[in-house]
Amino acid sequence: MANMAQAIRMALHYAETNYELKDVFGQDVGAPLGGVFTATQGVKSAWNSTLDERGIIGMAMGIAMTGDRCVAEIQFADYIFNTIDLLKIAGNTLWCTNGQYNLPMTVMTPVGAGIRGSVYHSHSFDAWASRLAGWKIVMPSNPLDAYGLLLSCILDPNPTMFLKPKALMRVRGEELIPGEPIDEKELKNMIDAPIGDRSKWKPKWPKIQEYLVPFGEGKITRSGDQITVVSYGRHLLICNEVADQLASEGYSIEVIDLRSIYPYDWTMIKTSVQKTGRVLFVNEDTEVTNFGEHLAYRVTQELFYELLARPRVIAGKHVPGIGLHPHLEDASVPQKHEIYEAIKDICAEVP
Amino acid sequence: MKKNELKQGPKQNLKVQSNHLKSKDQFGGLSKQLLLQMHSHMVKARVLEERLIKIYRAGESFFWIGGPGEEAWGVPLGMLAKKGQGPAYDYLHLHYRCSPTLIAMGLEMVDSIRLMMNRATDPSTGGRNFSNHFCFPKWNIAPVTSPLEVQYPIACGTAHVQKRTGKKSITIVTGGDAGTAEGDFASSLILASRKGQELPMLITVQNNKWGISTSYDGQHGESFIADRAKGFNIKSRVINGNDPVETYLALQEDMEYIRKTGKPAFIEAMVSRLYGHSSASGANPIQNEVDPVKVFENKLLKAGVLKQAECQKIWADFEAEGVRATEQARSESVPTANSIWDHTYVNNENADWRKF
Repeated sequence: MANMAQAIRMALHYAETNYELKDVFGQDVGAPLGGVFTATQGVKSAWNSTLDERGIIGMAMGIAMTGDRCVAEIQFADYIFNTIDLLKIAGNTLWCTNGQYNLPMTVMTPVGAGIRGSVYHSHSFDAWASRLAGWKIVMPSNPLDAYGLLLSCILDPNPTMFLKPKALMRVRGEELIPGEPIDEKELKNMIDAPIGDRSKWKPKWPKIQEYLVPFGEGKITRSGDQITVVSYGRHLLICNEVADQLASEGYSIEVIDLRSIYPYDWTMIKTSVQKTGRVLFVNEDTEVTNFGEHLAYRVTQELFYELLARPRVIAGKHVPGIGLHPHLEDASVPQKHEIYEAIKDICAEVP
Repeated sequence: MKKNELKQGPKQNLKVQSNHLKSKDQFGGLSKQLLLQMHSHMVKARVLEERLIKIYRAGESFFWIGGPGEEAWGVPLGMLAKKGQGPAYDYLHLHYRCSPTLIAMGLEMVDSIRLMMNRATDPSTGGRNFSNHFCFPKWNIAPVTSPLEVQYPIACGTAHVQKRTGKKSITIVTGGDAGTAEGDFASSLILASRKGQELPMLITVQNNKWGISTSYDGQHGESFIADRAKGFNIKSRVINGNDPVETYLALQEDMEYIRKTGKPAFIEAMVSRLYGHSSASGANPIQNEVDPVKVFENKLLKAGVLKQAECQKIWADFEAEGVRATEQARSESVPTANSIWDHTYVNNENADWRKF
């Protein structure tokens, strides 16, 4: 069973073999490291760029302008902020040219806290990214979805952003990627580079197959009829845990893994909230103008008279940074107990 | 002379070798036909820009920004570019003073005016963007953007693909002197010059010594911007961009160098800015700047290459074309309000969250 880093690696290999993906690049993306999370290890088309985020995004836009597909990595989302106007231009190029130049480029970047990454390795980017019109934005919560979403990103003719929850890079899923060996040791021996000299190492790729997770399609990970919890990425797994815990206490909780932040699966959210009458949105980006607020706003506008309780959003605190000490990080990003308590509060609310 | 005889692209057919002027010192051995063609393009570009300013002053457009004063630089560039679509041809990442280049490549006046007047028929943006923010995929003209200097790292991407393609095509990027303060400018010098990974790029700066209202002198420590390229071992030179002959010869030589070696070259062209930065500063004529069109025209007249009557007719014909083009654009449709979602995604896939 692959972990998320291996799943990303296999998706890139599949794309360079089958989708004419020619460039996978960024800082330390090529040999010998293959990415700080090893997510590009062994990928034939991976190469090291200069330490220059604007150079990376600019070059990706130029490559895409010729029609070639590329995947550009910003090593941590914390360092993507100085490219924001280039991201905006990438998103508006098709629009500004009245449909003449599309940019089939994917930007991938690790996001979120959870690894004690301090101020500049803990940022989230989903709320910021959701404001980049013209882009499609995804964030997986498990290796299979990472594989399927990344392939969808690479195939899409528009700019796409693949947000990697860095705390999940070594987490294994429950479902196999089509074609991957069942034995995780066998997979490791095939595609993980050895420690030490890697100059002669080459991966032995399993015969993986195409698997696509379409944009705008969420997934119900827990079924229930008392409350809807919508999340993605790292916090999806925490929401699942809480739902399981509360199920043993008699609660019936429906959890939706949004997977695709823009476009998003409104039909799934709407159908679920119409059933439960209660909803909680959970993510770790900062709370002011958070993407969950947009969803809560929409629920309020369109489903107001079907609600049994106020829609809520649990998000990161609106503080300048996530401090290194666990007390600081834990107080800044949503914790399991907060989700647990919020669900119970919402379920207890009576109209 | 050999340099001038190198094949550079379709427009090179304009050079009739048997018709070389004898006054090599003055016209660099370029043919009469080529010189007259350059002059015609330069006049057309000037008439067009002044037409755009009139349209702005008449209240028929919201904003003007453009390139009067860059004709002697822009026209030879457009004539020498290997014109076509895709990586086998030259890519041009231009800034918003690029109309002379586009004119030399075949831009019709009416298409510039459609852009200026925000017509739905504007082939570059469909009425969505400012004047001179051109985009012509059929000629590899990358979309011109308002943010300065972003075109420089983007250009590295097209050059990267061209290097892979191996068709001797190059990427050309242009921009102003003030914008070189942006980090993107340095990014392009670094990306283009990495050892063993050099990019086939012509990196250029048109130095008019102004950044809106801020003069060059107070903002630069380097003697020449071109000196910065030298630090990256990039072939670099400063030219008089107000002289179309010097420009033509320099461009021709450097383009050939890039096609042959696959390595970048850098040109800093000293140019004039004959009007204010944009209509925001009034679009008024600036005194004491060299007018490259008039200087070149006088040289041609003095040398007998061009006759006064022919010259007057060229100006008059383009003036008339500008008036006709304005009338045509004025009569054409404008974008509709319900088109705002069009082209957010390819094939007009829905991007409106209300419809998710």
